[in-house]
Amino acid sequence: MSRITIATGVPVAVREARRPSRLGQLLEKEHVLAGALLAPTLVILTLFIAYPFVLGIWLAVSDKVVGRPGNFIGLDNFRVNLNDSIFLRAFQNTFVYTFIATVLKLALGMAAALLLNHHFRFKRLVRASMLLPWIIPTVLSTLAWQWMFDATFSVFNWMLLNVGVISDRILWLGDGTLAMGCLITVNVWRGMPFFAITLLAGLQTINPDLHEAAEIDGANAWQRFWQVTLPLIKPIMLVVVLFSMIATFADFQLIYVLTRGGPYSSTHVFGTYAYEIAMRAAKLGQGASISLFLFPFLLTVIVFQLWYIRRSD
Amino acid sequence: MAESGGTSILDRRTFLKAAGAATGVAVAGGIPGIVAAQKAPSFPKGTKLNILEWVSFVPASDVEFKRLATEFGKLAGVDVTVDLINMNDLNPRIASAIETKAGPDIIMMISNWPHLYADGLADVDDLAEEIAKRDGAFYEHNQKVSVVGGHWKAVPLCSVPSTWAYREDWFKEAGASKFPDTWEELRKVGIELKKKKRPLGQAFGHSLGDPNNWAYSVTWGFGGTEIDEAGKVVINSKATIDAVKFTVALWKEALDEGGLAWDDSSNNRAYLAGTISATINGASIYFVAKRQFPDIAKVTGHGHMPKGPGGRFYNIGGQGRSIMKYSKNQQVAKEFLRWFMDRPQYDKWMAANDGYTVGPTPHWEKHPLWEKDPKLIPFREASRFGRWPGYPGVPSRKASEALVKYILVDMYAQAIKGMKAEDAVKWAEGELKKAYA
Repeated sequence: MSRITIATGVPVAVREARRPSRLGQLLEKEHVLAGALLAPTLVILTLFIAYPFVLGIWLAVSDKVVGRPGNFIGLDNFRVNLNDSIFLRAFQNTFVYTFIATVLKLALGMAAALLLNHHFRFKRLVRASMLLPWIIPTVLSTLAWQWMFDATFSVFNWMLLNVGVISDRILWLGDGTLAMGCLITVNVWRGMPFFAITLLAGLQTINPDLHEAAEIDGANAWQRFWQVTLPLIKPIMLVVVLFSMIATFADFQLIYVLTRGGPYSSTHVFGTYAYEIAMRAAKLGQGASISLFLFPFLLTVIVFQLWYIRRSD
Repeated sequence: MAESGGTSILDRRTFLKAAGAATGVAVAGGIPGIVAAQKAPSFPKGTKLNILEWVSFVPASDVEFKRLATEFGKLAGVDVTVDLINMNDLNPRIASAIETKAGPDIIMMISNWPHLYADGLADVDDLAEEIAKRDGAFYEHNQKVSVVGGHWKAVPLCSVPSTWAYREDWFKEAGASKFPDTWEELRKVGIELKKKKRPLGQAFGHSLGDPNNWAYSVTWGFGGTEIDEAGKVVINSKATIDAVKFTVALWKEALDEGGLAWDDSSNNRAYLAGTISATINGASIYFVAKRQFPDIAKVTGHGHMPKGPGGRFYNIGGQGRSIMKYSKNQQVAKEFLRWFMDRPQYDKWMAANDGYTVGPTPHWEKHPLWEKDPKLIPFREASRFGRWPGYPGVPSRKASEALVKYILVDMYAQAIKGMKAEDAVKWAEGELKKAYA
C-alpha cells in the first residue's frame, strides 16, 4: 500500500494492483503451461517405456550375459537367430498364433456383441459373466485348461470317448499342430470377451434411427450390418484389433504354462523362446534380440492402423 | 594370504574375535573353535542375512531349513530371513539380483547355474575344501557344477536324484522279480506290461526335469555324448543313433504314448492313478503314495537307471548354495553355510527330507534314514553314477543353452514322431554345433 497526493491535497490510500508471481507469469505463457502439464507424463514414459526400450535395443546389439558387461557386436545376434531353426519356428508360430487368434476373436467377439445388443432377460448378468475369462488371472485359467487337455485325465477325451466319437484318446498337447490349435483356442476363449464388450459399447452408440431408415429402404439384416453397423464401429473395431494384436504377438504366460514351447519346440513363440534364452541360458543380449524381432512388425501394424483410423476420421 | 571373494582369513579371524569381544560371545579359536563348539559365531548387532530358496517338493524340508536359519540367527545374533519362491522364478530373480547388485546374500543354485552366474558369485574355496576334508571328496557331478575356472562358486549342498519308481506287483506278474538291470531287460518287461495296459511312463515335452533325465541318461547309457572333453560336438555317433532307435522302439512297445504331452507332474499323477507301471522320478511319488495311497506305496519299489552298453548314468546336476559377490554380508553368509553344512545341522535337514535329497559327499550315504526305509536305497546310491550337463566336458553356459533349447529331448521327440533316427541325430548335431560355437 502506498500513499499518493492528488489535486485536492488530501493523501489517498490506493491499493496497488496485485502483480502475478514469477511462476504465475511463466504459466501464463501457453507453451510453458503445456510443457508443465506434459512433464509428468513425459517423465513416466521416459522412465518406464523409453529407457527399457533403448536398453533393449542396446542389449540386442551386445553380447551381454548375466553378470558381465556387454560388448557391442552389431547385428550378430540377429544373424544367429536367422540361422537358428527353433527361432525360425518360433517366428512362424508367432504370426500363425496372432493372426488366427485375432481373426477368431474378432469374429466371435462381433457375434457376441451383436447378440448382447438385443434386449433379453438377465441381459446384465450375461454381459457381466461374459467378462469372466478375461478377468480371471491368465495362469489360473490356463492351469484349468491344462487339466482339460491332460493326456491321461482330459475331460474332453472322457466326453468324446463316452459318446463314442473317438475310440482312442487324443493327445491334445502331444502333437505340434494340435498343441498350437489348443493354444489358439485358449487365447480366443480368454480374449474374445474384450472384443465383445468393446464392440458392444460401439454398437450402443449407433443411432437406432439409422437402422430404421435402412429397414424402411428395404435393407435386410445382412445389408444393414455391412452398410450401417460396420462402417460406424470400424474405428473402435480397428483399435480393439490393434490392442489385441499387440498383446497376442507378445503372449507368454499362456504358452509357457501349457506347453513351454514343446513338444519338439513346435509351439515356441518369440516371448517364450526369448525367455528361455535370456533367463535360463543367461544370454540377455541374444534374448533381447529375439524379442526385438517383434518390433518392426508391431510398428508396421500400429502405423498402418493409426493412419487408417485417422484417414477414416 | 589373500582369499578370493574379497576377504582374507586373517581379516575374518580378526573380525570374529573383535565381534566376539564386542558381543561377549566367545569365538576363541576362530573357525576351528566354532566348529568344535558347534556354535555359530557372533556378529555386530543389526547384521542381516537374507537367503533365497525354492519351495521344496518336500514341505518338511522348508520347515527345517527355516528352523535352522532361525537357530543360526539366534546363536550368531543375526537377523536371518529365508525367502521361498517357485523353482521357475529362481533364474529371473538371480539375473536381476546380479545385474542390480542387490538382493539375497545366499541363493540356491541348481545344476550348472554357478557356471551361468559365475561373475556374480563370490568364491567359497576355503569352505568347500574344508567340508571335503571333513566329509570326504564331493561327488564328481557336485564338484563339476560348482567349480568354475578353478574356484568354487557354490558350496555343494545336495542332489535330488530321480530313480525308477515301479510297481513291484505288476513287474512280478510280467516276469521281473526285481527292477531290470539293463535297458534291454527293461524293454522286455515293458513289452509284457504294455500288453496288459500297464505301460511305462516318460515325459518328452518341455518340462524342466523328467524329459532331460531320459534324454541324457539314455544317451550316455548307450555310449553317446553331446560333446567330448574338449568341447567338440560328437553327438552324431552310432551310440547315439542306437539310443534313439531304442527309445523309439520302447515308445511303441512299452511306453505310454501320452508322454509327448506330459509335463513333470503328469507321470506322478499317472502312476498314482494306476495307468502306468513305472516312471523316472524323485522320491515324491513314493512320499505322496505313503500319505494318500498306502496300498500303492506298499507295492512301489525303486530301481536304478538301467545300464546300457556305455554304462549306468544319472543326469543329476546337484544343488549348491552361492554367496553373492555384491553381498555386504559375505562373512556372515559363509559362516551360515559352514554352520549349516556341519554334521549336527545337516543331519537334521537331511532327515527332514526323508530321502528326497542326497548329501553331496559319500559320507551321507551312512545316514540312518537310509536304514529306516530300504525302498529308498537306489536314491542313496544314485549320486555315484551322477553326471552333469555337458558331460564329459565342462558344464558351461553352452551346455545350458543346449539344455534350455531341449536339443537332446527334441532329438528323441522328433524321432518318436516319425523322423528317422539318423536324421534326428543329425538335426541335434547341427543345433548343438550352434549352441557350443
